[in-house]
Amino acid sequence: MIATTGATSPATPAAPAAAPVRPPLLKVEGVTAFYGNIIALKGVDIEVNEGEIVTLIGANGAGKSTLMMTICGAPRARDGRVIYDGQDITRLPTHEIMRMRIAQSPEGRRIFPRMSVYENLQMGAALDGGAHFQEDLAAMFELFPRLKERVSQRGGTLSGGEQQMLSIARALMGRPRLLLLDEPSLGLAPLVARQIFDVIRALNAERGLTVFLVEQNAFHALKLAHRGYVMVNGLVTMSGTGADLLARPEVRAAYLEGGR
Amino acid sequence: MASADPVDATNPDAVKRTDLAQVPPARRPARREKSVVERAVSEALASGLLTFFVLLPLVGFHATESGTGSLVLDYRFGLVAVFALMVTAGRLVLNLTVWRGDGPRRSAARVPPKSVAEAEAVASPWPRLGAVASALVKPVFFGLAIAYPLIAVTLVGGLGPSRYWIDIGIYILTYVMLGWGLNIVVGLAGLLDLGYVAFYAVGAYTFALLSTSVPINDFLAGHLGEGFWTAWSFWVCLPVSGILAAFWGVILGFPVLRLRGDYLAIVTLAFGEIIRLVLINWVSLTNGGAGIASIPAISFFGIPFSSGEGGFAHMFGLPFDSMHRMIFLYFVILGLAALTALVTVRLRKMPVGRAWEALREDEIACRSLGINTTLTKLTAFAIGAMFGGFAGAFFAVRIRFVSPESFTFMESAVILAIVVLGGMGSQMGVAAAAILLIGGMEMLRNLSFLKNEWLFGPNFDPTLYRMLIFGFAMVAVMVWRPRGLVANRMPTIFLKQRKSVSGSLVKEGHG
Repeated sequence: MIATTGATSPATPAAPAAAPVRPPLLKVEGVTAFYGNIIALKGVDIEVNEGEIVTLIGANGAGKSTLMMTICGAPRARDGRVIYDGQDITRLPTHEIMRMRIAQSPEGRRIFPRMSVYENLQMGAALDGGAHFQEDLAAMFELFPRLKERVSQRGGTLSGGEQQMLSIARALMGRPRLLLLDEPSLGLAPLVARQIFDVIRALNAERGLTVFLVEQNAFHALKLAHRGYVMVNGLVTMSGTGADLLARPEVRAAYLEGGR
Repeated sequence: MASADPVDATNPDAVKRTDLAQVPPARRPARREKSVVERAVSEALASGLLTFFVLLPLVGFHATESGTGSLVLDYRFGLVAVFALMVTAGRLVLNLTVWRGDGPRRSAARVPPKSVAEAEAVASPWPRLGAVASALVKPVFFGLAIAYPLIAVTLVGGLGPSRYWIDIGIYILTYVMLGWGLNIVVGLAGLLDLGYVAFYAVGAYTFALLSTSVPINDFLAGHLGEGFWTAWSFWVCLPVSGILAAFWGVILGFPVLRLRGDYLAIVTLAFGEIIRLVLINWVSLTNGGAGIASIPAISFFGIPFSSGEGGFAHMFGLPFDSMHRMIFLYFVILGLAALTALVTVRLRKMPVGRAWEALREDEIACRSLGINTTLTKLTAFAIGAMFGGFAGAFFAVRIRFVSPESFTFMESAVILAIVVLGGMGSQMGVAAAAILLIGGMEMLRNLSFLKNEWLFGPNFDPTLYRMLIFGFAMVAVMVWRPRGLVANRMPTIFLKQRKSVSGSLVKEGHG
């Protein structure tokens, strides 16, 4: 089932090759999660190596976002373990997990609507103590020139794409090693969604940022990612390189043709 | 009918006024401006007449009991005419201002704005005004507050007669401070607290119980001299009251950490009532409903405001006047309120303050940024409660008597109304709302002309209508300024220049 990871796919630019010797940056082992009595994750195993873009695709209600939230500790995993950088973070409180240089751009962007773009970005750097604030701010404005134009505007008045940029920029302000992105293309025009994906690719290629991406837009996500997982009803059913998954007839039938 | 005269007599007058207001150069423009002015006048007249006839049987005839017990019919046509006149004038003003033009009323004037900048400009004229005056508003406001006793004494002529005005000033400032304290919890952290009065009560009772405590008095009399506790109790108990109230804020905060919105409101409401019921029923400690009396008066940092040797007046070589204490109380509450404002302004610029605001905006996003939401909420509750406790201690030292009746739900509702009407999170708005609501309600007592024989009669008590007017004011503000009097929020940090952001672009309930 698992294709060779070494085969470079033409869709992805030269990224730092994941060193197989090192343990994965993020490892999810047999994690189950419940909402009350309803099971949402039925024992999920996922690995994200340092420097990789890994995507998780699946239909509505498959448990993609739940897995992302479970990594962050809300809802907490009932069984199994979440290991980040060799450390078991399964039982840590959310805010402590988020302080281990894991950043998240949550589903629905969730920027602070009444705060200005500038303040939003500063919230992202709040834990950093503000030591590199100006430097990081300049980097964000270079990455997203639109945000610079809108710097004193209220977050809630931005367009959807700008809000997504702000959400990602805010997450990056904490200088993360691992970026968790939950449906960054949700509700965006295709062109804007492509811009966002381009930024993610650039972040990975230029800075070596590790990205774990949850997406419904399977085609773009798999083209972007080094590796991918497919989730159905709380279980990972397939995994492989992005190109490999894209070529599979099951994936094409379920997530691409007609769905695109 | 006697009433026909005032209606008819005033209408030409009203027409004249509108003529002048509409087109000053032309003498008789009403003919040409048929669509606006004339329709406005005729509609206003019709409304007035309708009101007159509807109210004639309802208000015009009034049965009163005479001394012997038999009913006597009274005629109050003058009052009916006054009502009709009020409706006519009100309708006229509305027709000429809000309800102008044809087509669907009210919506006609509001074309959806195109750009965001345009929207901000259209939706709120305040930022433009504010840009000019904002630098001046706060110093002027604070200067006026400092000079207020002097102004009151000068205008009224003498210390003694100014007592009423100083008293109102103290009363209003107490609510300004309470509003600013609650603003931390509701306006900044977005936690709807309906039981804020509980912390006010904790502060008041802390001071009342400690300052009247005989063992403490005896103990300190033995060590620091007779009369020490009477002189210093307020200054010692003030921080204690704040700390205890903050402690109770944390106690309330823990069980409600997971609640938001309506659910939080109900639990905090219950908390406020529990504190009050405990105060009523724990008779051995609080003396129950009878309350605690003979609380020592405030001292000028140890110097009592007494007439004798060693009193404030004697020390400073002034003729003794009981107003010295009142004026000192005024400055104490002004200082406490200023402290509240300063601390809030400082905190807003610090990580914890920004975390409060972020928490109000989006709790999940907060967690995803690594903010400890538990700690953030508890600090908001604790600091808000602390200022409530300070205000409570001040209340106790001012009235020198506390009883559970002072801490009913009504108090919480008034404080919350001040915060909401003022514009959540806006300090100036809260201050303005406190002055308007508390001062306005107080001013109702002075409308003695309403007691004229031809109007409402000598038995009319305008203060009975306070709640009605209060309600009307709330409805009016919420209709015309749904996000409060001052709906703009100043960013605490900014890149090049501070630019206030209008509240009207974000959905209601979010500020």
